[in-house]
Amino acid sequence: MAKLDHETLLGSLHQQFGDKINKLEGAFGLLTIETSKDTIIEVLRYLKMAPELQFIYLTDITAVHYPTHDLSMAVVYHVHSLVNQTRIRIKVFLDGMKPEIPSATVLWAGANWMERETYDFFGVIFTGHPDLRRILNVDDMDVFPMRKEYPLEDPNRVDKKDFFFGR
Amino acid sequence: MSDIKLAPAPPGVTGSGFFATTLDKAVGLARANSLWPLPFATSCCGIEFMATMGATYDLARFGAERPSFSPRQSDMLMVMGTIAKKMGPVLKQVYVQMAEPRWVIAVGACASSGGIFDTYSVLQGIDEVIPVDVYVPGCPPRPEAILDGVMRLQDIVRSESVRRRDTDEYKALLESYGIYKHG
Repeated sequence: MAKLDHETLLGSLHQQFGDKINKLEGAFGLLTIETSKDTIIEVLRYLKMAPELQFIYLTDITAVHYPTHDLSMAVVYHVHSLVNQTRIRIKVFLDGMKPEIPSATVLWAGANWMERETYDFFGVIFTGHPDLRRILNVDDMDVFPMRKEYPLEDPNRVDKKDFFFGR
Repeated sequence: MSDIKLAPAPPGVTGSGFFATTLDKAVGLARANSLWPLPFATSCCGIEFMATMGATYDLARFGAERPSFSPRQSDMLMVMGTIAKKMGPVLKQVYVQMAEPRWVIAVGACASSGGIFDTYSVLQGIDEVIPVDVYVPGCPPRPEAILDGVMRLQDIVRSESVRRRDTDEYKALLESYGIYKHG
């Protein structure tokens, strides 16, 4: 089957969702679109179910923290159409103070651990997730370490100063 | 004439047909030359330990012939590699399962101080969860350095009083790590 090109894919999405989706600057030839948390599940459902698209494979869910943006938390979905040899990236920008988004576990069971990881590192709340708790970090951790307000190193430490290593 | 060297006898009184020394020194001599190691290897320092156990460096020369993979039959816990915070309780449980007397060597920068991993997920030195007797520096340390660490531990073991583990100071040390002895 021929590879699905970006124009056809974008046209199909615009026809279905109108101005609820926007094209963003993509990198590495990857079509990137933006949508809102109200439409994200419908967009994903359409991508997965539409017979001419068949984006049946959820590659990844993660997040990006942009501390200078008004909507400072971006949740990123990568989905892959195996039959059409095409991938697409979907971003949803959320309020960093209250990052909440519906869970994609209604479409892919495999979204479960990806969303737990995104919650673990960024504190994004996936509403409707069956078991939203930390997956990689220790259970009693009280921060979300991939947020950029979290310091890379403990600034109060004195035992690893360059002075002790002759630097 | 064999060139095999035996461990030197501890200081004592010797005469025709007898040798007298203190119980501490006799027990210390026995313990120091039969330390059974428990390797707890999580990364590259563990590879150096494998070389240390192998024929070229041969840790068995120091009485550590039998690496124990059960904490219950070992004396010397050798922690080699990065210990993530999530691994901390596991390491502590292994330590608690060891019978007294027990000793700990932190091999390499990560086990000693967290090493280059100054980050949210890594324990900044295993002495945050269990008491450590000997620290071996290096990233990773060469087998010679690990052997030297074992020999420094032998010095500690040789001079340890048989009653040390019953003292209030030792009990307080364990309690500072949240380890309580029963009975």
